[in-house]
Amino acid sequence: MTGFKETYGRKPKLAVWKFASCDGCQLSLLDCEDELLALTGEVEIAYFLEASRATVKGPYDVSLVEGSVTTPHDAERIKKVRKVSKTLITIGACATAGGVQALRNFADVTDFTRVVYAHPEFIKTLATSTPISEHVFVDFELRGCPINKMQLVEVINAFLNGRKPVTPSHSVCLECKKQGNVCVMVAGGKPCLGPVTQAGCGAICPAFARGCFGCFGPMELPNASSLMGWWKKHLGATDDEVIRALRTFNAGAEVFRKEGEAHGN
Amino acid sequence: MQVRKSLERKGKRMATRTIKVGALARVEGEGGMLVKIKGDKVHEVQLNIYEPPRFFEAFLRGRSYSEPPDITARICGICPVAYQMSACNAIEDAFGVKVTPVIRDLRRLLYCGEWIQSHVLHIYMLHAPDFLGYESSVHLAADFPDIVNRGLQLKKVGNEIMELVGGRAVHPINVRLGGFYKAPSKAQMLKLKERLEWALVAAKETIDWVAGFNFPDFEHNYEYVAMRHPDTYAIHEGRLVSDAGLNIAEKDYETIFEEQHVAHSNALHSVIKTRGNYFVGPQARYSLNFDKLSPLAQDYALRSGLGKTCKNPFKSILVRAVETLYAVEEAIRIIGAYEEPEKAFVDVTPNAGTGYGWSEAPRGMLYHRYTFDDAGIIQDCTIIPPTSQNQKSIEGDLHHFVSDRLDLPKEDLQWQCEQAIRNYDPCISCATHFLKLELEHL
Repeated sequence: MTGFKETYGRKPKLAVWKFASCDGCQLSLLDCEDELLALTGEVEIAYFLEASRATVKGPYDVSLVEGSVTTPHDAERIKKVRKVSKTLITIGACATAGGVQALRNFADVTDFTRVVYAHPEFIKTLATSTPISEHVFVDFELRGCPINKMQLVEVINAFLNGRKPVTPSHSVCLECKKQGNVCVMVAGGKPCLGPVTQAGCGAICPAFARGCFGCFGPMELPNASSLMGWWKKHLGATDDEVIRALRTFNAGAEVFRKEGEAHGN
Repeated sequence: MQVRKSLERKGKRMATRTIKVGALARVEGEGGMLVKIKGDKVHEVQLNIYEPPRFFEAFLRGRSYSEPPDITARICGICPVAYQMSACNAIEDAFGVKVTPVIRDLRRLLYCGEWIQSHVLHIYMLHAPDFLGYESSVHLAADFPDIVNRGLQLKKVGNEIMELVGGRAVHPINVRLGGFYKAPSKAQMLKLKERLEWALVAAKETIDWVAGFNFPDFEHNYEYVAMRHPDTYAIHEGRLVSDAGLNIAEKDYETIFEEQHVAHSNALHSVIKTRGNYFVGPQARYSLNFDKLSPLAQDYALRSGLGKTCKNPFKSILVRAVETLYAVEEAIRIIGAYEEPEKAFVDVTPNAGTGYGWSEAPRGMLYHRYTFDDAGIIQDCTIIPPTSQNQKSIEGDLHHFVSDRLDLPKEDLQWQCEQAIRNYDPCISCATHFLKLELEHL
């Protein structure tokens, strides 16, 4: 395993790009209060507008992309970002699943425009909000709404050292059990998406006595129809409640989308 | 030499100049700036927001009353608590819910955490580099590592409050209608107190540091609008007042204010119907509520060179530093008085009706209104973030600012204009109403 600096004799160039999003995931980088200055010792922050007005020309060794594609302009812009990026990593639910703004995918966006704006004709928007991977090849997807900042450090660190990032693909349940939480669903009777949601948050919701609401999107090979059947049978959840639970920040993720459709529109 | 220079200048002045910043740095969200100059006059100033619309008000229709705290948090990763608190205030208003004093204090503590992390982010990482001639705080850290580290650690204390009370620093998970899912233990709170004692010193040092910056001589004169509470420096409860005599309750907001979808600028602007532009944010809060700050915060404010009101937007960084000190003090006070409640929330039963709520986001007043059917399903809602309320005033400020500085070399003028925009810490991601603006070159 050889580090980037040893191989290339320079610091890798890091770029951070924003599409439709809340800024929370790129803020996670600035929230690495204990690691930030060490990180900037290892990488050159070449393009990160939220943090610096200085920009360095591409190509970039690693690009972090936050946000989803929602406008014709952004659908073109992401292609340009891909062209100048050796490695492209998407960060957060917007970039990996379309984000909460993908709720438009289940409605008519012209109706949405009329609700919010007096002059809908001024608005240039696509009918859908889509993840970056629907537009360009993505080297690695980091999940979460928001991402876990320590996972972000791990991903950048893995890249710097030429190895695969270690991020779990199992469910929140495993994380939750490790912490010794009492099950909020089976024992507490509260709806929880933990059994089908990817770990990474630290099972914070069950630790705070509430059910998981799926910020990290579906785990690898989830059995969503079984869980939703259980919600209905044992917790008395209605179709509307099931659909709303599946349609939040990862509404566009295939498993959540399909399971929601199985319970109505 | 002198004559030739002035002739050159005159020659330049006859021409049309355009200063364009395609993508503004060190702001939250994506925006740009366009200044059109014709002859020796500023023709037009536009703050261009090309953050794509995300339609929160549309997709919230049909959602349950319990969801806005989690969903609207996603409008802004920098100030999610503001969205959660304004949402709770509005929804609890619709259902006639009154929370207990301990829940009220916990909400205020969580909000103090957000003020600290957001203000310190802005002071150290987004704005101070301008005053000191650095491109970013990373560049600043190369020469002043101790100062930047102090900022990072102070910001971290804000995040630690949010993690303890809210469960997570970005998009807290512990906020629910009627209070919290789980209240922190007394022991956890006391552990935080030690960190806050350090933060109190760091916040004082921050004020002294910022007070030494050079502030351009510039004043604006907009109507200041902020919340005010009889007993305390208003954060999440109070009426809305202004220095022109406004004094209203939440339900009257939309009769006094309105949002205009203006064709020429392609952006929604919020105005006072009878008077036009106004201004929200730390300077408005400070100027309307100086008497409600703690004696320590007042003392540090005055010795830093601030008056009891502040009309120079470049000094907003100083006001943020004073509010940071206040928020740290408030957090210490709340933790000192804290007793763990038996139940962390009061019960909420939905009914048909409309509720109105607001709170003071780090960047200014944030208004929510929701209308529900009898099952508590949202029929209609409106969210008015601070940056969309300030946009017209920011453009007005830039107009005056540029007019007095037309002789500067373009690069210097551009940087100073960027700095001027960063005075307002515009949170463009918040401003769901902002539209992409087509640029028009003269």
